[in-house]
Amino acid sequence: MGKRVLLIEDEPNIIEAISFILSRDGWQVSTHSNGHDAVGVVQDKTPDLLILDVMLPGKSGYDILRELRDEDRTANLPVLMLTARGQTRDREMAEHAGASRFMTKPFSNAEVLEVVRELVAS
Amino acid sequence: MSRDTLTGSRIRERRGMAGMRQADLARQVGISASYLNLIEHNRRRIGGKLLVDIATELGVEPSLLSEGAEAALISTLREAAAAAGASVRPELDRIDDFAGRFPGWAELIADAHRRIGTLERTVATLTDRLTHDPHLATSVHEMLTMVTAIRSTAGILADTREIEPEWRNRFHRNINEDSQRLADSTQRLVSYLDGAGDADASLTSPMEEVERMLADHDYAIPGLEAAEADLEGFVALQPQLTTKAAREAALNALRQLRSDARSMPRDEVAEALERHGMDPSALARRFRVSMAVVFRRIAILSDDLLPDPIGLVMCDGSGTLMLRKPVEGFPLPQFSAACPKWPLFQALTRPLQPILRAVEVTGREARQFHCYAISETVGTVEFNRDPLYRAFMMVVPVAVPLDNPRHVGSTCRVCPSSDCAGRREPSILVDGI
Repeated sequence: MGKRVLLIEDEPNIIEAISFILSRDGWQVSTHSNGHDAVGVVQDKTPDLLILDVMLPGKSGYDILRELRDEDRTANLPVLMLTARGQTRDREMAEHAGASRFMTKPFSNAEVLEVVRELVAS
Repeated sequence: MSRDTLTGSRIRERRGMAGMRQADLARQVGISASYLNLIEHNRRRIGGKLLVDIATELGVEPSLLSEGAEAALISTLREAAAAAGASVRPELDRIDDFAGRFPGWAELIADAHRRIGTLERTVATLTDRLTHDPHLATSVHEMLTMVTAIRSTAGILADTREIEPEWRNRFHRNINEDSQRLADSTQRLVSYLDGAGDADASLTSPMEEVERMLADHDYAIPGLEAAEADLEGFVALQPQLTTKAAREAALNALRQLRSDARSMPRDEVAEALERHGMDPSALARRFRVSMAVVFRRIAILSDDLLPDPIGLVMCDGSGTLMLRKPVEGFPLPQFSAACPKWPLFQALTRPLQPILRAVEVTGREARQFHCYAISETVGTVEFNRDPLYRAFMMVVPVAVPLDNPRHVGSTCRVCPSSDCAGRREPSILVDGI
């Protein structure tokens, strides 16, 4: 049984593509597409890794991550943040919120796989 | 050397431009070459018929030689010198001499100065838009999301050796959908950016549409002064108001302005201005209205009643700018937060206390204004309920130079002040982009 990855992203075709490549690589992928109840979903599914988009309907990825870091159960969960903005300020915000890694769209499938493997291995 | 003693220099310059030898010009006007040489070196005064004859030979108006075309030019050169900063020290006492002897170079400097001013205004507008424009940010985010989806899906199709037909078909469909959405987003963004060179183009908020509508009517809304004005009908016909939110905002603004007009009828305001001058306190007493009503009413009527239009800015308790009536020389940021040194924001800290400040706007033009500001409560106050405040600032251009004006900017990104305790972010005019 592969490690579990939870992908929280609101763009259906990105969800489909990332789910496909991770599944082919042996990961168990579950998905969610809004920020409003994302914290509860993470706590229910207890994934080994979270891939979290920044701009989500209902609540931003930064806010979700801050709440997760405040909870003992998810304080150390590896989190890869995805954003369409690569400015220094956005990277700093992701780091301050507690992101393990930060990836700017558009990214390649190989980059995503590589970072996911690194984060879970570490 | 003063401007009127430089007639000889101008003759020499014009003769050179005409490619005429000194001896030839002297012969044409019936004087010796040596005498013309003395004139051209400003060692003999010249006027009357001889000046007219020389001007005729050179094909210019005599006044161009006697007075020069450089009055405005010298004024611009002085502005350029003032804007140069402490590191450059042009010889201001020889500015007339320079303009007279080298009109081409002087015009070049003046033109460069004017061009720099224009470019700085464009940079300010575009930087404001790029940094804070929500429409642009949303468009770029949308496009990057589409590109990401296409790149990832295309990568799967290209790199996956064995892929089930069902998945392959689904990914082909996804790429088709995303590429269509990307094309649509790109077209919308290009249409938007086509208007980027026009600072007034691409309105992004309902209040901006209201401001455009008021400006297009020169702030003289038909029927506003009449009790029976059909504001709903008027708003429905305004092409600038493209959304329901904009029409509602316009209706609220016009109702407020109509109420102001009833409290301060135009003809009575004209008479009161003649009697009291620009004295908001006297006007508030005369019409028994709050200072905010006076500010709004005077600003709206100023285009009609006063020699110079008056600006108006208002904000809520968070400092967010609301309805704005711009005035030349006092730039108002379209998207980003304004200068915290504006008296408008000082007023928020001192509710109900009228504030008058002499200010000079930082930057090349360094225009000076009297800013009248006050903050007032919204609606009626009630026990055990925190009041909400709005601040209003009337921006009045001044003709006479002010003593020790306070320096204020537009917004930090385009403010050249190097030493400001209120600075929130670096200035691109000082530190670059």
